[in-house]
Amino acid sequence: MTRREHYEQQQRRKSLIIAAISTIFVVVAVIIFVPMTPGWEKVQKSFFNATVLAKTFPKLLDAFKVNIMIFAWSAPAIAVLGLMIALARDAKAPALFPLRIFGAAFTDIFRGVPVILTVYLIGFGIPGLGLPRPWNSPFIWGSLALILTYSAYVAEIFRAGIDSVHPSQRSAALSLGLSERQVMRDVILPQAVRNVVPSQMNMLIALQKDVSLLSFIGPVEIFRQAGVYKSLFANFTPYVGAAIIFLIVTIPATRYADYLMARQMRERR
Amino acid sequence: MQKLELHNVIKRFGNNTVCNGINLNVEQGQMVCLIGASGAGKSTLLRCINLLEPIEDGEIFLDGKDISIPGLNPQSVRSKIGMVFQSFNLFPHMTAFENAILAPKRTSGISKSQLNFEIEMLFERFDLAERMHNYPDQLSGGQQQRVAIVRALAMKPEVMLFDEITSALDPQLVGEVLDVLLQLKNQGMTMVLATHEMQFAQQAADKICFLKDGKIVEEGSATEIFNRPKKAATKAFLTRALK
Repeated sequence: MTRREHYEQQQRRKSLIIAAISTIFVVVAVIIFVPMTPGWEKVQKSFFNATVLAKTFPKLLDAFKVNIMIFAWSAPAIAVLGLMIALARDAKAPALFPLRIFGAAFTDIFRGVPVILTVYLIGFGIPGLGLPRPWNSPFIWGSLALILTYSAYVAEIFRAGIDSVHPSQRSAALSLGLSERQVMRDVILPQAVRNVVPSQMNMLIALQKDVSLLSFIGPVEIFRQAGVYKSLFANFTPYVGAAIIFLIVTIPATRYADYLMARQMRERR
Repeated sequence: MQKLELHNVIKRFGNNTVCNGINLNVEQGQMVCLIGASGAGKSTLLRCINLLEPIEDGEIFLDGKDISIPGLNPQSVRSKIGMVFQSFNLFPHMTAFENAILAPKRTSGISKSQLNFEIEMLFERFDLAERMHNYPDQLSGGQQQRVAIVRALAMKPEVMLFDEITSALDPQLVGEVLDVLLQLKNQGMTMVLATHEMQFAQQAADKICFLKDGKIVEEGSATEIFNRPKKAATKAFLTRALK
């Protein structure tokens, strides 16, 4: 073993021991001190009730299917609309000027209004026009609200991705005799999309959570279902159950996004 | 008739005049080298010829036809004039082969099998057949630059522009790229190079133009420029460059 390796091994051991001790210390402190708080027993009963959890968990999982459904049709629509708006905002031809204005206004408006407000306005407003079934469904208009809001953010990320491709790529592609359109489609966009995959993953995770906002206009998804059980059992445990179900989905997704991000950083170096 | 003719070309970026009235004639099959300090306007001039930069004034003729008319569709011109850049600019998400086939596939209308064959032959000719299906980041700098040349040649250009194509390469990789240029010269390609490779220019160029402050100060054969420079500025530059 070289001097250097010996030193590094020592350092690793040292940091491992310190990390272990501090972790044990924190865990023990939580175990000892939290139950000493005056409200602990009540909180334990109303938030961490195993019987209630066992009873409601399968039903919550069922309700989560609604979340997945809304997510599944919103996400592709967001990707397409977001990309279209990003391209519209970069359109150079004078005939497309209205498109450019529209793109800018769209992103300004939907990034500027809280998601919940958009959900309320579109989700209650459009069915209020007295449309016939099934066109008065809150599923449709709630999803539309999510699609519009998220498209605005996703479009901005795509735009940043397009800007991140070095101008020399454009020069090279143009010098080969490709048209502006072909340059965008074949050379710029594939690189731009690849560059923003990690950021878009984060948007997907955020969308997965925000699907719950639709509960305020009707659809009985997991958050709403948990609320029903909360009232039924006079107990908050169903909310904890719902949180657990979200985490089962979002933690792997978050880890994956971080992994992609880290890999991209390595590649850039 | 000249293959390429520049007449009083003026290019400005804001108040900065980068090309200040450039006149240049390039004959069919000639290799013309532009030399001069960085910022003299060599690269910008090449970009103007490829219509990547619109010129403020003057004319550029290809086969006697004015290609610098404002509003002219640059695509057909660019497919006749190939360009290779200092930093290679290969498309990183495509293999070497895909890089080369993209533009002819989109613009030429030649059948796919015929095109595949032609591009393969091109890689064969420049000794890159083994590396054809590698991505740019799997290739050495010299190989990447040779692929960039193949990519430009895939459009069957009549004129090739080379913008300091060896400046970003390690010294031991410069040779293989310069060899490709000699190969092209022997096959009769019309070429304009911006270069800092003085030795190469001296040996290979049919004509050398010395640029300073956006103007061609002196032009002539390699012997005229290197052995008997007439202008003091040329002398001063060469003394520094050849040191």
